[in-house]
Amino acid sequence: MADITSLTLTQTLKALEEKEFSLEELNKAYLERIKKYNSSLNAYLFVNEQNKQSFSTSKKIPAAIKDVISTKDIPTTAGSKVLGGYRPPYDATVVNLLLEQGVGVIGKTNCDEFAMGASGENSAYGVTKNPWDKTKVPGGTSSGSAVAVATDLCVFALGSDTGGSIRQPASLCGVVGLKTSYGRVSRYGLIATASSLDTIGSLTKSVEDAALVLSWISGPDGYDANCTNEKFTLQPKTWVNHPTRLKASIQGLKVGVPKEYFGEGLDSKVKEVINKAIKKLEELGAEVVEVSLPHSPYALAAYYIINPSEISANMARFDGIRFGFGREKIGPEVKRRIMLGTFALSSGYYDDYYAQAAKVRTLVKQDFEKAFASVDVIVGPVSPTTAWNLGEKVDDPLKMYLADIYTISANLAGIPGLSVPCGFSDGLPVGLQILGKQWDEETVLRVGYAYEQATDWRKEKPKL
Amino acid sequence: MKYEPVIGLEVHVELNTKSKMFCRCSADYFGKEPNTHTCPVCLGLPGALPYINEQAINDCIKIGLALGCTISEKSLFERKNYFYPDLPKGYQISQYRWPLCVGGKITLDSGEVIRINRAHQEEDTGKLTHKDGVTLIDFNRSGVPLVEIVTEPDFTNVEQIRDYAKKLQQLFRYLGVSNADMERGDMRLEANISVRPVGQKELPPYRVELKNINSFRFMVAAVEYEIKRQITAIEKGEKLSQETRGWDEDKKCTYLQRSKEEAHDYRYFPEPDLPELILEHKKIQQIKNSLPELPWIKSGRYKKELNIRVEDAVRVTESIGMSQFFENAVEHGKDHGINPQDIVNYIINKKPDIETVLPTQIIEEIKGKAIGVVGDVGELKKLAKQAIKDNPKAVEDYKKGKEAALQVLIGAIMRLSAGKAEVGKVKQILAKLLLEKDGDQYA
Repeated sequence: MADITSLTLTQTLKALEEKEFSLEELNKAYLERIKKYNSSLNAYLFVNEQNKQSFSTSKKIPAAIKDVISTKDIPTTAGSKVLGGYRPPYDATVVNLLLEQGVGVIGKTNCDEFAMGASGENSAYGVTKNPWDKTKVPGGTSSGSAVAVATDLCVFALGSDTGGSIRQPASLCGVVGLKTSYGRVSRYGLIATASSLDTIGSLTKSVEDAALVLSWISGPDGYDANCTNEKFTLQPKTWVNHPTRLKASIQGLKVGVPKEYFGEGLDSKVKEVINKAIKKLEELGAEVVEVSLPHSPYALAAYYIINPSEISANMARFDGIRFGFGREKIGPEVKRRIMLGTFALSSGYYDDYYAQAAKVRTLVKQDFEKAFASVDVIVGPVSPTTAWNLGEKVDDPLKMYLADIYTISANLAGIPGLSVPCGFSDGLPVGLQILGKQWDEETVLRVGYAYEQATDWRKEKPKL
Repeated sequence: MKYEPVIGLEVHVELNTKSKMFCRCSADYFGKEPNTHTCPVCLGLPGALPYINEQAINDCIKIGLALGCTISEKSLFERKNYFYPDLPKGYQISQYRWPLCVGGKITLDSGEVIRINRAHQEEDTGKLTHKDGVTLIDFNRSGVPLVEIVTEPDFTNVEQIRDYAKKLQQLFRYLGVSNADMERGDMRLEANISVRPVGQKELPPYRVELKNINSFRFMVAAVEYEIKRQITAIEKGEKLSQETRGWDEDKKCTYLQRSKEEAHDYRYFPEPDLPELILEHKKIQQIKNSLPELPWIKSGRYKKELNIRVEDAVRVTESIGMSQFFENAVEHGKDHGINPQDIVNYIINKKPDIETVLPTQIIEEIKGKAIGVVGDVGELKKLAKQAIKDNPKAVEDYKKGKEAALQVLIGAIMRLSAGKAEVGKVKQILAKLLLEKDGDQYA
């Protein structure tokens, strides 16, 4: 039998059911692997190796949780020194839901400080390395989660996506990353970055796993007032014997390709890989049509008003009075956004900045609504380039912000998006982005599944 | 030149809902062990989110409707950003551009109308205690629902403020939305004051905010002081400016807390953690139908239907409990031919404890008085003559100079009248009768 850590979540569950190995053996295997590789990757900030502790995972499926998600009694730093040593007194809703399913927290994964960044380099605890090339960034901000999944240091991971923070590192590390619809998964316990954009989702080894995890973590909880949509209920157990919607053919599905996502700035080799992937969808029976998202050029500007504005308020609670340390521990990117947001909301500027950005946001949303009136999903690149060199963009915030150009619109519009491995460019992974209507994770996953099953990219693993 | 003050009021009232505004903690914090009514939400822990308490919204709507406001079918919560240790999130969830209730008015006893600008929903802060060089924070109050009611600058004197505050307090209690106890801080007042020459229509170009004054008495004193201070300053040719002032109770004067330059920029923006508050017309109508009869409507009705004096009608509608007591008594009084004005008089003079006395009891008392011989001199004289006739010994003793003998006669009269004779009058009548010489007249 292959190394049990290489199995997907679905495969692991099946193997456990068939008693091929025990949960203890599973945890042991993952912990050993973490011990062996984490120091060189820096994917985990905390590893839950003490079985003595009350939050022991030895009897549970080992999942990695991004460090912006609160875990009771387990250190939760959000990648910031300001929360060094902070152990929340409560579990996030998603963590509770996973615990109910027999999933435990094997560790907390590294991320850009308070999930602000695009490369993983803003973590106060050192950068996570891209396992395909350790001189490259893993992407961000769910860097540790993406790397932990890519290198089999967990069965699956949770991340958060505010402007591409699940999809982009998934793309750069070659794993499946699902950004859920805003309001599908409760944010309760997720340390806020920008509240109207934040979503929790998964990083997994397969599309099927993403569907399964979504069915576990979605649904209203009475704590997130914006999480009102029903639970995602496509239960994989029923897929075993029945042809299901997830596994249904994509014959006749309409796939939109936005021309705005293929213009200047898109790396030509990445473009080639994406075009091949789109061709593949066509081969699988999808009807590919060009669509337009005309307000895309303004999305980034609007995003960088709304995001810092919300951040400027969300960061105010880190005053060192009730928990954590003083503000002097806050890192430069977080400070930059506090400053930007404070300015944008200031008296006399609100109408020119925040109110204006909110209008652009509505237009971006309407772009998608119009496009989805004629197509089922929209596909394109996740990131304009593959993983870049560590340090390459750290001194140029604007360049770093541009890395999110294809992902932020989904957050502004609240729609779901998936990154599926679709090839390589110079040995580095490329992800295909599949966007869907709000609440229509099902079709997004269905297209992702069809593509994944028709290709072998998922079988490629980085050599450690 | 003569000057007049222009005053607007902001009243904060804490709702008596079971749980807090945005979490499930008990809102009944008064006198409780510090920091026992807390959770991640009201402590502002990382990752915690607000969830709207529907009861609080209903209560705010009730207040708005009672004040004649328009209830917004769509309103928004916003974040009011400022730093203070008692504000755990670093912002207060409040309403600013899209309040729940807008427009409205309240008519004072004087007939003057105070326009209400808005009534909106927000949350309370924690409580700081400065003690022995340290500051303690209690978050039990953090997140308790507050409704803020803002008037237009329609007040010109302290009496109006007094009446307005009293009316609001009465209203909150009628609606059952708050205990509105000023001493406990359930209800708090802030005033914006400026002065202008009498006859000037425009608002003055500045205003002074009187804040953090925790008793009604102090607020009145502060407003009175501030009016004088501002008039004196203007007369001296000083230019007044926008500022926030507090009240120094020891020195009996207001003092500068924050100047215009130091004024907060609250950077309001829509609360992204909460959905828009959408209210169906039907629901607003339902709440409207559930409102109790308001005190000023009730007193008007009493005046008209029961034919009692208006100031009396106001007295018996002070609280819902009192008005219910009064109505029960009126109902019961009908069967005994007692008119409402007699009941009002009794209530005002005797101040019966409505918690322990039954309305029927006061009717009995009023009835007893009505058949008593109190005012009837002829009847009393008859009884006195009878007593004199029955007690010749006492009469003799009295005539011999034994004053105490009079008591025997009074006692006899009381017995004859079953205790209902009015002692003062009896004494006068007896003295008069006993002075008359001709014994035959006794017959």
